[in-house]
Amino acid sequence: METFYEVMRRQGISRRSFLKFCSLTAAAMGLGPQFAGKIAHAMENKPRIPVLWLHGLECTCCTESFIRSAHPLAKDVILSMISLDYDDTIMAAAGHQAEAALEEVIEKYKGNYIVAVEGNPPLNEDGMFCIVGGKPFVDQLRHATEHCKAIISWGSCASYGCVQAAKPNPTQATPVHKVISGKPIIKVPGCPPIAEVMTAVITYMLTFDKLPELDRTGRPKMFYSQRIHDKCYRRPHFDAGQFVESFDDEGARKGYCLYKVGCKGPTTYNACSTIRWNEGTSFPIQAGHGCFGCSEDGFWDKGSWYARLTDIKAFGVETNADAVGTAAAAAVGTAVAAHAAASVVKRLASKGE
Amino acid sequence: MSSETGDARDLRMHSEPAVYVYEAPVRIWHWVNALAITVLAITGYFIGQPPPSVPGEATFNFLFGYIRFAHFAAGYVLAIFFLLRIYWAFVGNRHARELFLPPIFKAEFWDGVIHELKWYLFIAKEPRKHVGHNPLAMLAMHIMFVWGTIFMIITGFALYGEGTGMGTWQYDYFSSWVLPLFGQSMDVHTWHRVGMWWLVIFAMIHIYAAIREDIMSRQSLISSMISGWRTFRDPNRKPGDEI
Repeated sequence: METFYEVMRRQGISRRSFLKFCSLTAAAMGLGPQFAGKIAHAMENKPRIPVLWLHGLECTCCTESFIRSAHPLAKDVILSMISLDYDDTIMAAAGHQAEAALEEVIEKYKGNYIVAVEGNPPLNEDGMFCIVGGKPFVDQLRHATEHCKAIISWGSCASYGCVQAAKPNPTQATPVHKVISGKPIIKVPGCPPIAEVMTAVITYMLTFDKLPELDRTGRPKMFYSQRIHDKCYRRPHFDAGQFVESFDDEGARKGYCLYKVGCKGPTTYNACSTIRWNEGTSFPIQAGHGCFGCSEDGFWDKGSWYARLTDIKAFGVETNADAVGTAAAAAVGTAVAAHAAASVVKRLASKGE
Repeated sequence: MSSETGDARDLRMHSEPAVYVYEAPVRIWHWVNALAITVLAITGYFIGQPPPSVPGEATFNFLFGYIRFAHFAAGYVLAIFFLLRIYWAFVGNRHARELFLPPIFKAEFWDGVIHELKWYLFIAKEPRKHVGHNPLAMLAMHIMFVWGTIFMIITGFALYGEGTGMGTWQYDYFSSWVLPLFGQSMDVHTWHRVGMWWLVIFAMIHIYAAIREDIMSRQSLISSMISGWRTFRDPNRKPGDEI
């Protein structure tokens, strides 16, 4: 069977570029320099892992992010690594031809291929809100994952549901792990997620013959073990107590911390502040806008992106913790004062007896 | 236990029966805990609603860092003293256990709760005398304070573990399961803040009730938490008359 290296060479990637990719990936995974050789060896000798890329209810921002991945070299590698088999956005085949390619991979590589899922299946109305090749997407998903080795839930849609699952979720869009069971699922949340994570996950599985270490919620630890906040370049302003109060103030011009205008960096696990986007050009906080926590579960429903204290939605009201707390404390304070006054009256009255 | 009660009804030589209720570790814990909660509530409020920006270079300022440090340090103090307090519930006198194990299966306990409610609603004319906490106080302490504090310690360490990171005991024992339980990190922040208000409200009621009972039910409360002795100002009634 073909190796990744052979495929890459066929795609016109030089050996020099290939070795650079191996070093870059080893670094991205937090491995020591000696692992670059190990990765190269695996890519040259082990059979290529076929990847089927399924698209459910989604906006294709994951694919868009993917084909603009940080390093142009990495991009070529990624495309030759995974687009070959089935990805209805970027593959050459279309229609019946494309579906035939999908079937072929499932037949030929039973138990050895990876399914990357972008988007999620809507379950309402028997899945009729998302049709692929004339059938509900949920059917294709079940069919394709039946014999796969592992599933990569690519993006917040597949991992958590994202915008289409935001309240009231009319199509009943459901994340992959709630539909498919019995298969290892690697969540790569983000809207969109960082492309390097995908190559790193596939490279890791090829090199070490096992899944990368995942946290309790199923995210690869090497990319999701720290918050944006932990590696944010504006962190010194946070510790100093220097905050942007509004987007046009002096603090905003000076690049102060965006905590008070609702930055979700302190509650968001992702690698944006280290890997960044578009060839390492920038990431939201660097552009002067707070992180809005796109790689966290249910981020669309967590209240304002522009306030530190987010909304509590219960009993049909939307309010934040301080509003609830001050109202309750004021009510109790008033009750205490009234009770104290009544106690004084009672005492005076009983003295008169 | 009680001092002389009988004949000394002379105005100049009046005496008050006294019972030793709160042992030294309980008293020390009470005041350390009160201080810790005060620091935690104030710093915690500012962590959610930061004060105005400080001028100058970031290098020379560490205001928010100090606020957070005070919060974390006070959090550790609260948690460690809470563990010591639980230990003391095992080895201390019976009043040391009231906080943790209100006798909710005894009918007389609920009778006491109802009487105490009537007393607060100005229906009952006379309060009953209790050596330890009154039944209503026991219930309020248990539900609002004990469980409120446990909630705050668990969510607090879960949030703290986010900073110390994966692989630390704070993360592994707290954050790793608390964050998914609530949904995500932001939800834990929100409920931790609701918990702060819960304890603030508890403190308001607690302080008011202590001052009021000290005056109205003719038994010492505030000074008891300093000296350990509960005194009863009505010389005609002995402690334990009506419990």
